[in-house]
Amino acid sequence: MGQTVAEKILARASGKSEVRPGEIIWVEVDLVMMNDSGGPRRIAANLERLGTGVWNSDRVTVVADHFVPACNDIEAGILALTREWVRRQGIQKYHELEGICHIVPIEKGYVLPGTLMVGGDSHSCTGGALGALAIALGSTDMLGVLVKGSVWLKVPETIKIVWEGNLPPATSAKDMILYNIKQLGLEGATYKVVEFTGDTVRRLNIDERIVLTNMTIEMGAKTGIIEPDETVFAYLAQRTCVEYSPLFSDPDACYSQVIRCRAEELEPLVACPHSPDNVEKAASLPELPVQQALIGACTGGKYSDLAAAARVVSGRRVAPGVRFLVAPASREILRRAAADGVLAILVEAGATILPPACGPCAGLSNGILAPGERCVASTNRNFQGRMGSPEAEVFLASPATVAASALAGKIVDPRVYLEE
Amino acid sequence: MPDAIRGRAWKFGDNVNTDLIAPGKYLKLSNQEMARHVMEGIDPELPKKIQPGDIIVGGSNFGCGSSRETAPAAIKYAGVGAVVARSFARIFFRNAVNLGLPVLECPQADEVATGDELEIDLKHGVVKNLTRGTAYQATRLPAHVMEILNAGGLVPYLEREIAKNKNKGG
Repeated sequence: MGQTVAEKILARASGKSEVRPGEIIWVEVDLVMMNDSGGPRRIAANLERLGTGVWNSDRVTVVADHFVPACNDIEAGILALTREWVRRQGIQKYHELEGICHIVPIEKGYVLPGTLMVGGDSHSCTGGALGALAIALGSTDMLGVLVKGSVWLKVPETIKIVWEGNLPPATSAKDMILYNIKQLGLEGATYKVVEFTGDTVRRLNIDERIVLTNMTIEMGAKTGIIEPDETVFAYLAQRTCVEYSPLFSDPDACYSQVIRCRAEELEPLVACPHSPDNVEKAASLPELPVQQALIGACTGGKYSDLAAAARVVSGRRVAPGVRFLVAPASREILRRAAADGVLAILVEAGATILPPACGPCAGLSNGILAPGERCVASTNRNFQGRMGSPEAEVFLASPATVAASALAGKIVDPRVYLEE
Repeated sequence: MPDAIRGRAWKFGDNVNTDLIAPGKYLKLSNQEMARHVMEGIDPELPKKIQPGDIIVGGSNFGCGSSRETAPAAIKYAGVGAVVARSFARIFFRNAVNLGLPVLECPQADEVATGDELEIDLKHGVVKNLTRGTAYQATRLPAHVMEILNAGGLVPYLEREIAKNKNKGG
């Protein structure tokens, strides 16, 4: 009986020839990722208490993205502690104000096919876009990894989602994943891996693949993964000279569930308050005025997302009274969008550019909502109170839908603007 | 870890997420400070009403969303003795165990009402509802999870392990 790519990565990491779902195994970790929120500040004192340091500082990357740039003295203190800790531990892969912890390690070429990565943030599943098995852990779990370089895991079952056919204009990976989250629900993939495959997925660039894997946590998944291919190998060739050996699912691998989806049938979708699985067609919504439209976060602030928004707003102005916020997911993205004119189009349309950080997505800074306000966002989570007041509403949508809604001043199907 | 955990139940529904348990705006706070806002997203008065020893009971997918350990930490530092739910989100479950907060999956969690007096036998995975005179069988925790809980969490567990290795001369 064959194995899935996830099972093969876990087998390799545990030094076994094969593993089966349900088994509890100890695995060696190839890469640890932490950010400034759940990272050093929550770990440093306990590491000291244990009288030990980091097992291998070359395998650790720390990305400060939650509290940058600091908004107050508490956050400034957290960042100072973070910098000092990485310096003392000899961690070279420290990145501050360079972008979000799920994007920067991919851009830097740290996330490699066939490897096991653990990340101290729930959206660490993002790394699966490159064919790594990327699993999220909390702070104390991460402390254990830093001490030993290993962690216990239960081998998960895998759900296979097959997307076939061509995406209609004005739809993108965000619509695909919202469709899947609606199908499976908030806990439809709990403890499981979601593997995306099919010709639609194969045609997606890295930015778009990231959207799929990033949001698997919204169905409870342990992680999401896409088998690596030429798109991934070409991307990495520009970014790292570290060798890696990719792994792939066997044709006779066992899946707990196989879901087939037709891309042609997809329409622009929106996740309504207060849950990512509360998904409706954008065209079917009643008139919903918005005060804020946000392009940003690890999910929706990549170059392709900014470019998609720019295509919609090019030569137009956002509606009066709409705060159109754009937070690029990394400095590399910001630089590229500034160089090729995408940023200028957005700014001309009325966008305010925010620092490359988590910011409003997690209710941390720059774009917090007041009671009664409504925001449409290309982010990944819309739980009550996440972006500010519990009496505010967040609607999740693709960058094209967010941009179109900013122009209209209410939530609309982006085809209104793209098919003119 | 005591043999039996006894306390008054606070009952919640399905998909109680980490933004409701520990909102992002408090992420910059310490765990102890966060405990003063525990579950504020569901009921702003709850931090005042929760008493040390109380037991939180949820529906399915308790603790879904963020990996923030402040969610189970806020519950633990508010003095809650255990969380019982029909099912848990996986990161919340691991975080709770690592902090030494007992978590039990119990298919009959929905039969509990706020105010019920519960007694939990962790070793055997039994939840007794003293108010209703019934007992529920929960999923027993695997041995390695019990070891971490019995040590009081992953940090004291690792502390012991490191000391053991030192005594061995390694």
